[in-house]
Amino acid sequence: MACIKSTGAYVPFHRLKREEIGRAWGSGPLSGEKAIANYDEDSITMAVEAGMDCLSGFNREEINALYFASTTAPYREKQAAALIANALALPRNISTADFSGSLRAGTNAIMAAMDAVSADPSRNVLVIASDCRLGVPGSNFEQVFGDGAAALIVGSSGNVRILKSYSHAEEIIDIWRTQEDRYVKMWEERFVFLEGYIANVREAVTTFLREEGSTLKDFTKVVLFAPDQRNFREVARMLRLEKEQIQNPLLEEVGNTGAAHALMMMVNSLEEAKAGDRLLLVSYGDGCDLFVLQVEKEFSQNPERRGIRGFLKSRMFIKNYEKYIQMKRLMQVETGRRRPPAMSSASVLHRDRDMVLGLYAGKCKGCGRLFFPPQRVCLYCRTKDQYDTVRLADKKGKLFTFCKDFLAQSIDPPVITSIVHLDLEEGVRVFCTMSDRDPDTVKVDMPVEMTFKKISEAEGFFNYFWKCRPVR
Amino acid sequence: MRVDAIRDKVAIIGMGCTKFGENWNKSVDDMIVDAAYEAFSDAGISPDDVQAAWMGTMASGLGGISIGIPLKFRNIPISRVENACATGMDALRNASMSVALGMYDIVLVVGVEKLKDSGLGGLPEFFSHPVYGQGFTAPGRWALAATRYFEINNIPPEEGKRALAKISVKNHHNGSMSPKAHFQRDITLEQALNAPIIAWPLGLFDCCPTTDGAAAALICPADMAPSFTQDYVLIKGFGLAMGPGLGKEDIDFKYDRLPETIAAGQQAYAAAGVKEPRKEISCAQLHDCFTIAELLEYEALGFSEPGRALDDVEAGTFTLEGELPVNTDGGLKAFGHPIGATGLRMCYELYHQLLGKAGPRQIKNPALGLAMAQGGHPGMLMPIVTILGRKD
Repeated sequence: MACIKSTGAYVPFHRLKREEIGRAWGSGPLSGEKAIANYDEDSITMAVEAGMDCLSGFNREEINALYFASTTAPYREKQAAALIANALALPRNISTADFSGSLRAGTNAIMAAMDAVSADPSRNVLVIASDCRLGVPGSNFEQVFGDGAAALIVGSSGNVRILKSYSHAEEIIDIWRTQEDRYVKMWEERFVFLEGYIANVREAVTTFLREEGSTLKDFTKVVLFAPDQRNFREVARMLRLEKEQIQNPLLEEVGNTGAAHALMMMVNSLEEAKAGDRLLLVSYGDGCDLFVLQVEKEFSQNPERRGIRGFLKSRMFIKNYEKYIQMKRLMQVETGRRRPPAMSSASVLHRDRDMVLGLYAGKCKGCGRLFFPPQRVCLYCRTKDQYDTVRLADKKGKLFTFCKDFLAQSIDPPVITSIVHLDLEEGVRVFCTMSDRDPDTVKVDMPVEMTFKKISEAEGFFNYFWKCRPVR
Repeated sequence: MRVDAIRDKVAIIGMGCTKFGENWNKSVDDMIVDAAYEAFSDAGISPDDVQAAWMGTMASGLGGISIGIPLKFRNIPISRVENACATGMDALRNASMSVALGMYDIVLVVGVEKLKDSGLGGLPEFFSHPVYGQGFTAPGRWALAATRYFEINNIPPEEGKRALAKISVKNHHNGSMSPKAHFQRDITLEQALNAPIIAWPLGLFDCCPTTDGAAAALICPADMAPSFTQDYVLIKGFGLAMGPGLGKEDIDFKYDRLPETIAAGQQAYAAAGVKEPRKEISCAQLHDCFTIAELLEYEALGFSEPGRALDDVEAGTFTLEGELPVNTDGGLKAFGHPIGATGLRMCYELYHQLLGKAGPRQIKNPALGLAMAQGGHPGMLMPIVTILGRKD
């Protein structure tokens, strides 16, 4: 039987109050706030963050497959999972797949992971769902949508058993994006709500309960995906859920995170679950997926694993809607005639993929000292071509020195140029920039950690690397 | 190794320098012609007398022929030197070695850079790693040193910024007396302190401008110099030091010292026989691409005790009237920084100071002048030092 061995999540640092969006458009704001991926984040970088959170304390060599789910993968043709696996330092001989096309992609990936584990109980599948969808400026979607990611490891043993699952497929044009669309589109609101979401959730829940001969009272918590607060309230009322049965939909704190949403809610519910709890997970998108989760044992409190709860606590409000426009590149914005367009080279990135994606330092076999980026000839003892590699991505450290560079072009100036000393016995320095920070609070010696980010879009593709950030 | 092998073997018999600035109406060739012909006229020789030439540029030309074309040389050896901001001075060093060897009698050295045709508000970009080292600027890399220097020496950033502003005020003041300088006006301490931040803690007046310009020198064996002119100076020594350049990555590099600059200075002092630089050097042209660079160079070259440069700035040691005037022509800050020309521009100022021809900037009885240019940034420096002396 498929079980959940570990969970992780990621909520971006930046939040925008919905009243500020309402202010910008002179329209009635919804309540709460939404989480916003930084200008240097996308569904791939958030997936790496959630994956790191989930893998913390887990032996990566035991992962056999990585399934990535998103409706906002940066590439239409080119696999995201392979890139994420490289950044997470997963074994080379793993199976990778991207799930896409539907808000159900996240739970579709869990279904596939369960099948993989059923076929071979020795497998461990890392499932990561991540999304950063855009609503048309001024639309309801713009206020509702948020960005985030969740991850779980599915194997044949673990603290949470997946007892049952159910699926049905539905063809309906309720919300969609064509290959050319940047923003999510929808049909008339009443139709989308009544014939799409409500009708399908009702069908799934009633069919499943009837077949199982159970009732909703049998579940400690119902983890119910809903596209927005209003739909959520309506469906919770329709299903006659008790107040304590309702899992926080995260719509007030994060927003609707698309294919990642049901998984983020599930990760959040497992953070709070007690042994013996039974959960019903419901996801919607061109049909429904349902799962029954039996909590056999609570997940231990790993302080390194931040999950939804940890990341929700760490936040910074962006000042205004104009900043949001810049972060999401919704308008062409003047950045000054300072430098020509960013340059890149696919062959360089391929040659250096371990250093670039995995943040590997060289450890000299002659003197034992570390250096990043790795050098063929040791700086300290001149030993040539004798070094091991050490992954730095998961290390924390301190800011040795910095500057606030307003000349360097950035969507979010100033660039905090940083010299970081990571907490390793041998000592190692990383030269990088800082992300997810408040420039006014940056100080020498402040604690920092590494974070996977998009550095640039150049030559028509995306260039990823690591930055530092104040410890979240 | 005999670093002093060059001492007093080579003379500079003529020099030239264009107006530095945004030379919208001057091409690279125009500036080469202007600088070279001023040097020909200064030395009283014809271009036909030039037996070999060295040209220095970082990116404003391809090959030695870049000066062959505008100056119409007839099949003589010309080498092009590129050594980042050390380029112009390194062209002089290479040319001087050929003269000291006795191979050529009259050699022309030209340094040039055209930065203002790129359409960009700063330096042009060159191909580098797609992600590692991206997002950084020259002022940002130097600002890292300022932050750390203040931290290590317990200097509150406001106090540190004030000292840096004084360096900028000094260099602007000297520039106000230099007709060929990019900027020729005084600024106030308040202006410098209140200027927009470029890379905190560095503000606009802590940064040198983007400048076009060219400079040239004519050199010959010292014993032949009197046959051309009575106004010449002698090359006392050079220092050029480069290391692995991995300070940004090396945890042992602390950012408050410039090891390569220290080494280049020591080489030059050994070459010139200088024991006590602060006493023996009459004036110096330092590489103030950013004010923090000039501050750290005071210490690297032994003008100030380590960690104590602020005291000397406070005391006015490096002003025109001070004990050791630095950047008497305005430095990179006010005179400008056309990369390939900068090292020769520094020598141009020393040459005039040593010959007593520096006009309102003239210092009293100079004996030895030091020029120091350096490419790169803290942790990855490419410094070159030249010491020039009077013929007597």
